[in-house]
Amino acid sequence: MSVSSGQSQNSKLVMKLVFAVIGMFGFGFALVPLYDVLCDLTGINGKTSDTAAVYESVLIDESRLITVDFITRTNTGMPWKFSAQTRRVKVHPGQMSQVDFTAMNPTGRDIVGQAVPSVSPGPAAIYMNKTECFCFEQQTLKAGEKVVMPMKFYVDPQLPKDITYFTVQYTLYDVTPEGQDVAMNRR
Amino acid sequence: MNKTLSKAGGVIAALLANPVLAETATKIDQYQLNLTKGVTDISADVYDLHMLMFLICVVIGVGVFAVMFWSMWFHRKSKGAKPANFHESVKVEIAWTVIPFIILIAMAIPAAKTLIAMEDASEPEVTILVTGSQWKWNYKYMDNDIEFFSNLATQSEQISGKLPKGENYLLEVDRPLVIPTGKKVRFLVTSDDVIHAWWVPDFAVKQDANPGFINDAWANVNEPGVYRGQCAELCGKDHGFMPIVVIAKEPADYAIWVNEQETIQKQAKAEEQRLLAMNMSMDELMSNGEKVYMANCAACHMPNGEGLPGVFPALKGSQIAIADQPKHIDIMINGVAGSAMQPYAKQLTMSDIAAVVTYERNAWGNNTGDMVQAKDINVAMNGQ
Amino acid sequence: MSTATEELHHDDHHEHHIPSGIKRWLYTTNHKDIGTLYLWFAFIMFLTGGAMAMVIRAELFQPGLQIVEPHFFNQMTTVHGLIMVFGAVMPAFTGLANWLIPMMIGAPDMALPRMNNWSFWILPFAFAILLSSLFLEGGGPAFGWTFYAPLSTTYSTDGTALFVFAVHIMGASSIMGAINVIVTIFNMRAPGMTWMKMPLFVWTWLITAFLLIAVMPVLAGAVTMVLTDKFFGTSFFDAAGGGDPVMFQHIFWFFGHPEVYIMILPAFGIISQIIPTFSRKQLFGYASMVYATTSIALLSFIVWAHHMFTTGMPVAAELFFMMATMLISVPTGVKVFNWVATMWRGSLTFEVPMLFAIAFIVLFTIGGLSGLMLAIVPVDFQYHDTYFVVAHFHYVLVTGAIFSIMAAVYYWLPKWTGKMFDITLAKWHFWCSLISVNVLFFPMHFVGLAGMPRRIPDYALQFADFNKWISIGGFAFGLSQLIFLALLIKACRKQGEPVSAQVWEGAEGLEWEIPSPAPYHTFETPPVVK
Repeated sequence: MSVSSGQSQNSKLVMKLVFAVIGMFGFGFALVPLYDVLCDLTGINGKTSDTAAVYESVLIDESRLITVDFITRTNTGMPWKFSAQTRRVKVHPGQMSQVDFTAMNPTGRDIVGQAVPSVSPGPAAIYMNKTECFCFEQQTLKAGEKVVMPMKFYVDPQLPKDITYFTVQYTLYDVTPEGQDVAMNRR
Repeated sequence: MNKTLSKAGGVIAALLANPVLAETATKIDQYQLNLTKGVTDISADVYDLHMLMFLICVVIGVGVFAVMFWSMWFHRKSKGAKPANFHESVKVEIAWTVIPFIILIAMAIPAAKTLIAMEDASEPEVTILVTGSQWKWNYKYMDNDIEFFSNLATQSEQISGKLPKGENYLLEVDRPLVIPTGKKVRFLVTSDDVIHAWWVPDFAVKQDANPGFINDAWANVNEPGVYRGQCAELCGKDHGFMPIVVIAKEPADYAIWVNEQETIQKQAKAEEQRLLAMNMSMDELMSNGEKVYMANCAACHMPNGEGLPGVFPALKGSQIAIADQPKHIDIMINGVAGSAMQPYAKQLTMSDIAAVVTYERNAWGNNTGDMVQAKDINVAMNGQ
Repeated sequence: MSTATEELHHDDHHEHHIPSGIKRWLYTTNHKDIGTLYLWFAFIMFLTGGAMAMVIRAELFQPGLQIVEPHFFNQMTTVHGLIMVFGAVMPAFTGLANWLIPMMIGAPDMALPRMNNWSFWILPFAFAILLSSLFLEGGGPAFGWTFYAPLSTTYSTDGTALFVFAVHIMGASSIMGAINVIVTIFNMRAPGMTWMKMPLFVWTWLITAFLLIAVMPVLAGAVTMVLTDKFFGTSFFDAAGGGDPVMFQHIFWFFGHPEVYIMILPAFGIISQIIPTFSRKQLFGYASMVYATTSIALLSFIVWAHHMFTTGMPVAAELFFMMATMLISVPTGVKVFNWVATMWRGSLTFEVPMLFAIAFIVLFTIGGLSGLMLAIVPVDFQYHDTYFVVAHFHYVLVTGAIFSIMAAVYYWLPKWTGKMFDITLAKWHFWCSLISVNVLFFPMHFVGLAGMPRRIPDYALQFADFNKWISIGGFAFGLSQLIFLALLIKACRKQGEPVSAQVWEGAEGLEWEIPSPAPYHTFETPPVVK
């Protein structure tokens, strides 16, 4: 064997390994969408879908009554008053219901808010179908403004029998773009 | 659970453990060696499972080491041992692959059973929202109008060694969580800032508190008593100083407690409304403000208002504390996202917030002369 | 292939003398020099990380805050972990790989000598950056070596940027080292050195190198996401922007669990070299050792979430990760059984490397068994994030990985220096370490079970007595390592009795056929393996 063939053998293998390294670096980032897909499929961490479901006239399962609790929270730094007008509903799977949430901006500035839902126990999340929700998009409230935000949902009749009770939490975050309101003392 | 095994486990534990173990749970046991049995059916199952696993591991370990020490003793060169020639045996190798596999399955079955029982959070009778924040817990009863914060109650003098340490050093809080016995209590666990973990060993409940997400766990406590735990996930500077205390009461006592609390919280709100109309003097504001500051703010911003450079901002000479008063009040009420600065609107009364803002604007040479009254706070919180 | 490797050293052929002074070490492309550099660097880092452990143990000597502030305490636990993992254990194994792999497979040097030089010399910069962050305003990383978001992102100090940069460099160094190992093993084996004739140390390192290539880039991705989340407004791990802090843990542990095996597989290789030598008997089940190592490596990719049972996973996922984790104990058990079977009916002597190897088998098995207990989800809820876990991973990493490194150093040191090390000092080192390490880590099981969480600077009174013992054990273990330092300095000054080429009576393999000390250039003409 000649010098060059030994060297080229090395460099071929090195190239392959370098590609593997780059590939794995990419894979690290690919885990982000992969994780979301996995969450959608299994409800890990109680994430609900962030797009509206279409209500097809599903059979209402009268034999079961599911209790759904609503919790509202505001994140640190978010001055809105945020509450659910109904804290608890009992629904049959497949039955449409509506819960109204109120939000009020007590400050003297405009604020953009984003509500992030979470369901517990997690596996119930994928059966929580929302046809209309304020959490699908950002909400802007002018200084002193107060709004009622409806949320319409139905529980998929496929919900496993052992889940009779679940909790939906909405956390409101202040997502006002920086500059509009210079972030408070991030020093 | 296999009765004989757990009994044998008990014997070993008793042999290993100090006899004090048998005494009451509240008494300090300096030489506690083993996991607690706890006070729920689940925690007892977990304990049995732990002992079963421990025993299997001890048996395996002792077996392997016995063979090894046997050969170390009898097959040494100094005793004239001549090396044998074998270096493989398919039969033996298959055997010690398959047998551990079977043992593992035997371990997995009871574990899976207990796990499925643990994760069945259906049909709770009491639901409590547990929220972690740096470095305290908030408890909100979903079925009643009760909500409160639970802070470490150990004095800082005990921590720094200026006072002798009490019996429940670092495991005592100002307002413990109260739950009924004999009822399924569901804990919804979440966080306001970083990840915490709510852990009470006696309930075999340890659940991470993830910001923006809720998790659940439950306990059905058999015996009334005081149960202590701690935050179990590193959550920043004072991770070691956010204990959990749960008092389990008989259902009747619990009902009385709930009524009491609802009345107290209602009265507190009424009192707060009454105070809104009152104006306090500078002296009153400053002396009350100092008290509130030392209890709530000094841990990060330091008693001298100088903060911890690079970690917690100084208040002394800060632009916000000497100039921008609306921002100052806003931060006190709503906190600062992405920092340990929490919304104090939920933790302090309006008059306390007014006092502490006044204090911060006038202490340590910040002498602005500004006075903030409870009604100013009310306007900032609830609008005009 | 064989002749090609000979030609690789074209440059070196002109200089038959060994260059001296600082330049020799800065510019060296010699695998033995680079191995020595790696080993000394690892030892210095071991003492640095150890000094931090001493600070931790001093603070925990009694309840109350006496010596350091909680924020500094958190920096100590964090940097201690980072230094021990990336600065001590991994570089020590890379150093051993550099010294031994070419000598074991009959190659003249590593395949990529210049990259070899680079991969070492960027390491001191990485750790200088990491350590300098401790002196910044606000301090260095204080979020644990696992740097869970959002504590490491939104809630961390600006020193995080330095931490991220340092981890990137450490990762690059490890990846370069791994590429070098793989190319060397693939292309530079002597004629007749078939795959199934390779010494187990070479095998385990080959598999480790593949693990490194698979997961170090994922770590680089994770720290990059932390960096952009903190400084550039992304929200991978922030719920407000649609991210999820639990996802950080999934990504981190996808790296982190294989990382655990990166730190233990080469140890398995070392023990598999030492046990047969001092048993004067061939290794039992060579082929099954290779298969077991491979299956451990493969399984390590599907068990990561066992570090996250309390994050709120669905039951099905918890069961899956529990079973997969338990499964790892099968190939690991096979290894332990094989070592015991190798000793069985051998002709045993107990030289210092053998003492460390036996201590490894016993103590690593204890760590492995507590790992099996930790795999059981319902009880893991009680063990998780307590001192029981701290005890577990220190048994596998200190009495496992680090004891194996010490065994390896004692085993091959006479080959490297040509002189027998000071046996009396070595025995003192062994017995002091063995006793103190158990006083240090064994009671941690008890305080963990009794309910003491990890990473706390102060604790309740019922943990006081055991913690005192743990701290005393810690100080003793720390001091014991100074004996090792003295011994190594003596060995480097070439003091001691000259040794033969074979050094140890039962030693077999190519590295024992070359003279002691190993000449600067070995196997320039490849040996033929029968």
